[in-house]
Amino acid sequence: MMRGRTSLDPTRVALGALILLVLVNAWSTPNFATTSNLWNVLLQVSTVALVAIGMTLVVSTGGIDLSVGSVMAVGGAIGAILIPHGVVVAVAAALAGAVAIGLLNGLLVARMGVQPIVVTLATLIGGRGLAQVLSHDGQLVTIQHPGFELLGRGHLGPFPAPVVIMVLVTAVAMFTLRATAFGRYALASGGNAVAARLAGVPVALTVLTVYAGSAGLAGLAGLIEASRLGASDAAKIGMNMELDAIAATVVGGTALTGGRATIVGTVIGALIMQVIATSLNMLLVSYAWSLALKAAIILVAVYFQRPRLV
Amino acid sequence: MSRPSTAGVPPDNGRPGRVRAAGARAFSTRTAAVLQRQGALVVLIAVCVLGVVRYGSFATPENLLNVLRQNSMLGLVALGMTVVILTGGIDLSVGSLVAVAGVVAAKVSGSGMIASLVAGVGVATALGLTNGVLIAKVRLPPFIVTLAMMIAARGAVLGATAEASLRMNRTGSGITWLGRGVFAGLPVPVLIVACAYAAGWLALRYTRWGRSVYAVGDSQDAARLLGLNVDRVLISTYALSGALAGLAGVVLAARLGAGQPVAGTGWELDAIAAVVVGGTLLTGGLGGVGSTLVGILLLGVIFNLFNLQGTITPWWQWIMRGAFLLGVVVVQSRLQRGFGHGQPR
Repeated sequence: MMRGRTSLDPTRVALGALILLVLVNAWSTPNFATTSNLWNVLLQVSTVALVAIGMTLVVSTGGIDLSVGSVMAVGGAIGAILIPHGVVVAVAAALAGAVAIGLLNGLLVARMGVQPIVVTLATLIGGRGLAQVLSHDGQLVTIQHPGFELLGRGHLGPFPAPVVIMVLVTAVAMFTLRATAFGRYALASGGNAVAARLAGVPVALTVLTVYAGSAGLAGLAGLIEASRLGASDAAKIGMNMELDAIAATVVGGTALTGGRATIVGTVIGALIMQVIATSLNMLLVSYAWSLALKAAIILVAVYFQRPRLV
Repeated sequence: MSRPSTAGVPPDNGRPGRVRAAGARAFSTRTAAVLQRQGALVVLIAVCVLGVVRYGSFATPENLLNVLRQNSMLGLVALGMTVVILTGGIDLSVGSLVAVAGVVAAKVSGSGMIASLVAGVGVATALGLTNGVLIAKVRLPPFIVTLAMMIAARGAVLGATAEASLRMNRTGSGITWLGRGVFAGLPVPVLIVACAYAAGWLALRYTRWGRSVYAVGDSQDAARLLGLNVDRVLISTYALSGALAGLAGVVLAARLGAGQPVAGTGWELDAIAAVVVGGTLLTGGLGGVGSTLVGILLLGVIFNLFNLQGTITPWWQWIMRGAFLLGVVVVQSRLQRGFGHGQPR
């Protein structure tokens, strides 16, 4: 019935849409095609992309991770309160704390058989509370440390540090998903968990790992945000990030049902959302209407990927 | 392809919890279903006993009515969510629809209570209907459709109000009675919720539509083979969820005396939590209105006890809510598995 559409690869559609968006904006939006603005877009997108890459890994196994925004806040909070003990301790502890929440998610999903949406909903609620408690009961914890500031505001040559991190993580994730046994396991678990288990895939371990990875990346994103802000704001960092990450994942062409995932697509998806947000902002379109447009784009993207009726 | 006879056709004796039951599994499934439902009830009773023993002010009529009134709006949203989840779907847009309905009701409140109610609920129903059509006819996943509606409806209501509250026209409209009035000694919102739950319970249990909801949640393919109009059932549940979210939004706006564009933020998560804690399965087909009522009351009473304790900061309350939700779902999944009824992973 929908045969004619099967040739449309959703990731290519997303890439085409991104190129079109950039060209239209370069032509019509004043000051869009400037170097500083393009760096700004990349800087803005870096934390979303990090979280969305983790989300893509989780979604590839057929799961979902709603807790990423709260885990970002936890990562930022741990980093902020431990910064007096040195950057290395603070960053390591923040990542470890984030991964611990991810392991809890993964254990409950993989071992207990609880649905991912419920588990990560609970850690979304509890995690946000934990971040607030850690921040000396809901205070803004300011960070003054030149070394830590490099994470969010530093540069490597002309490249902002968060963008460098994003590119590295993208490359590692692409390699992992495409060329390692773990990547194939993840996709197999998402495609058909029972068949994968019968074929000898360590499904539980794979699922556990993707949730830990997702939380680790969210923790890293939280640290970058805290570094950029110069403070850990447990009420704000990562708020609604799960929605942006899911949107980027879906727009990029990863199937929510699992078994099919594309890291490049997700980064493209995140860029599409960011370019739209930035250009609407520059055109002084209100935040409210940019939300409506965002929703429309998500729907259109999913429309192109709906299950084919053969 | 499953044959209709084994696919969980609702039995004539009308026990919603048993639609999956087949053959030798019937008994164990029934036990698991009973435990799942009664489990939350047992915890609710235990928590209430704790409240009575520890806090003198817990078992007073004022406090109990307060608990009921505070949870009435969320109760309406959770009722709609229950029906959607019974079909195996999910509705993330309810929080935004609460805001839309409240603002619409405030906008037309000059024309009287009925007009205000009809307009608010009507707009929310139309948006819920849109969700349903996109899900049933265009075959987009419920999670994504309602996520997009959540974002778009919130954007629209923020844009239309320029992010400011819209005051109700209170003179002459009488709309605030819906939120603040007292009828026969009970707060009006509580009466509305009681009626809605009674109607929902009867509809799910005794009507053709209600039985179809369970059948669709159990297996869409089987329901279709049975000759049920699956699309219509799905569309009706999302429209109903929208309508109930709209009703909650109007009652909330009436209570506050204003339609707030930020109202209902995060309610979709609270509603899902209440449904899940009550014992309705997110996979569909198992659970019901009674379970959700218990879930709402349980979360409401726990929140009330936190407040009576007075020393627990909101942040710790969040942590405890998250931990509690995790504990409940873990126990539920254990119960399910123990009776050979769980899904792999």
